Amino acid sequence: MTGHGAPAFDRPATPATVAVEARGLTKTFVLHTPWTDRLLRRGGPRRIHAVDDVSFTIARGRTLALVGESGCGKSTLARLMVGLETPTSGTAWVDRVDVAATLSGPEDAACALRRRMQMIFQDPYASLDPRWRIGNIVAEPLLEQGLILRTQAPARVAALLASVGLQGADVRLFPHQFSGGQRQRISIARAIATGPEFLVCDEPTSALDVSVQAQVLNLLVDLQRERVLSCLFISHNLVVVRYVADDVGVMYLGRIVELAPKAELFVAPRHPYTHMLLAAVPDLRSPGRERAPVLGEVPDPLAPPPGCAFHPRCPHANERCRVERPALLPSGAVQVACHAVQEGRL
Amino acid sequence: MTGPLLEVRELCVEFPTRRGTLRALDGVSFDIAPGEILGIVGESGAGKSLTGAAIIGLLEPPGRVCGGQILLEGQRIDDLPRESMRRLRGKQIGAIFQDPLTSLNPLYTVGRQLVETLRTHLPLSAAQARERAIELLRQTGIPAPEARMAQYPHEFSGGMRQRVVIALALAGEPKLVIADEPTTALDVAVQAQIIRLLRGLTQAQGASVMLITHDMGVIAETCDRVAVMYAGRIVEIGPVAEVIHHPAHPYTVGLMASVPSLADTGGRLAQIPGALPRLDEIPAGCAFHPRCPKASQRCRDERPELALVQRTRAACWWPIVKSAAA
Repeated sequence: MTGHGAPAFDRPATPATVAVEARGLTKTFVLHTPWTDRLLRRGGPRRIHAVDDVSFTIARGRTLALVGESGCGKSTLARLMVGLETPTSGTAWVDRVDVAATLSGPEDAACALRRRMQMIFQDPYASLDPRWRIGNIVAEPLLEQGLILRTQAPARVAALLASVGLQGADVRLFPHQFSGGQRQRISIARAIATGPEFLVCDEPTSALDVSVQAQVLNLLVDLQRERVLSCLFISHNLVVVRYVADDVGVMYLGRIVELAPKAELFVAPRHPYTHMLLAAVPDLRSPGRERAPVLGEVPDPLAPPPGCAFHPRCPHANERCRVERPALLPSGAVQVACHAVQEGRL
Repeated sequence: MTGPLLEVRELCVEFPTRRGTLRALDGVSFDIAPGEILGIVGESGAGKSLTGAAIIGLLEPPGRVCGGQILLEGQRIDDLPRESMRRLRGKQIGAIFQDPLTSLNPLYTVGRQLVETLRTHLPLSAAQARERAIELLRQTGIPAPEARMAQYPHEFSGGMRQRVVIALALAGEPKLVIADEPTTALDVAVQAQIIRLLRGLTQAQGASVMLITHDMGVIAETCDRVAVMYAGRIVEIGPVAEVIHHPAHPYTVGLMASVPSLADTGGRLAQIPGALPRLDEIPAGCAFHPRCPKASQRCRDERPELALVQRTRAACWWPIVKSAAA
């Protein structure tokens, strides 16, 4: 393990292919329960396994998209990757630097790491300070990190705004003077200001209209190619993911159930849940295609079903699925956590 | 009855502000036939929800209807006194809103809310209303409806809550249901269930639906006809398949192309340059002209009205006419 204590700028001489890695990442939240409640139930505090033993790697300049329904832990995972949450166990590495350990360590190493990873949030109405002018919002990370002098800020900010398709004159305006799409561009300009290598996008377009969504997705893809960014892209929308991702992970109740290259996942999905998600997507260009009725809903994360968490909604579940939890195992170029797939029943 | 159920004629809505009056809806006209599902689609701020709110008389002040007429079964409803309008809502027109949590009262049990709605609109005894409420919950696919009656909204999941809202909207057996983004707050998987339910139940009751959404996928699989709105006006209206596959208005063309599709192989999404104009900066002539690839001097000067182009009606001087293929 190279992470702890290693200077954050110590880059390998040859570019390592793996830029970001998560291994056994787990986050458990403890719910506050009144003591009377606990006494009556005769149990300890209740826990939610928001993220449960998740491992993946992202190669340099590639995009991994994580897809799942609300409550599957995808946003918690995003926050773990940039150190906004501390993992209960497991480790996140960005360029072989242990994220949690470095951020809680000496300030200069933590600071250097922070500039190398940035995050774009879902709601551009909530993520920008309404009382700050755009120029200050975009310049803040640069000044905070001491990367530029205050006198250099206007030129840098103008260049950044231009790269996301906004005008230099916009620096004097406030966030409320922009539309949702433009605000998301501002968040993107701020996120790329420090020249990060790792960008986490948490549902960056779900608050936007389709026509604006197309603009923002295209912008993200362009910037990512230009700047060789490694991206973790979180979304609930499988169709959107198709335009940005190289690899796709499907999450269900805190665990990855299928991890596959994009082409594999869309052409030959393995896990029954992936099938279900794909079938549920409405599609304009396949007229007359009936959406498959989806059975049931996501179970209560406080009381996840035993065995495979998906078994109550799965048409292929058998006795083994109800008792034994499937591990994420390779099957060709794909990793799947499903007994039916591994036994060849599917 | 053969006439349309709902007729909207040249509807205008404006908002007086300190800096002048803003025209949010400007001459919106359409019909809904009995049993028909009409989709209203457009970007945020195009006026979709405002159209719905104007019809059920729930415009937020200072917004006000400043012109046009709304007729339900041939009777004007836009100038009704407040009390008659209140009676009409729920009985004649049901409404389903985006966020099921805010449309339910968190302090009352689901059963109490249903029974209250039923008894307001229908001559039922308490026992009959209770029975009917359980039946409604069962129809909307809620398991164990008897037990669910005694629960509060927070004890329901998002999808289940939206089912309750649908049950409430249909309780008075309305002739028209206005559904404003009913699936936007839900996961895709649950979305499909709710859409199917809404379509099935309204069909069974013979109710018409005005479905407001920004999701073209939902429109495609649910509606009979669709109206596309841009900057407070309808720019194209017609049968769903025609609008999706043979759009005539350049805005509709751009909108359809920017919808991501599983049929694509990835690559780049088509995008419309620019953004929807603000209400105080709506361009003269055709409001879409600054973003339109086909705009001419005429588009900058004169506003186009809806006119028949092939199989849809579009408000455009240079509609896209495809030679009769497919």
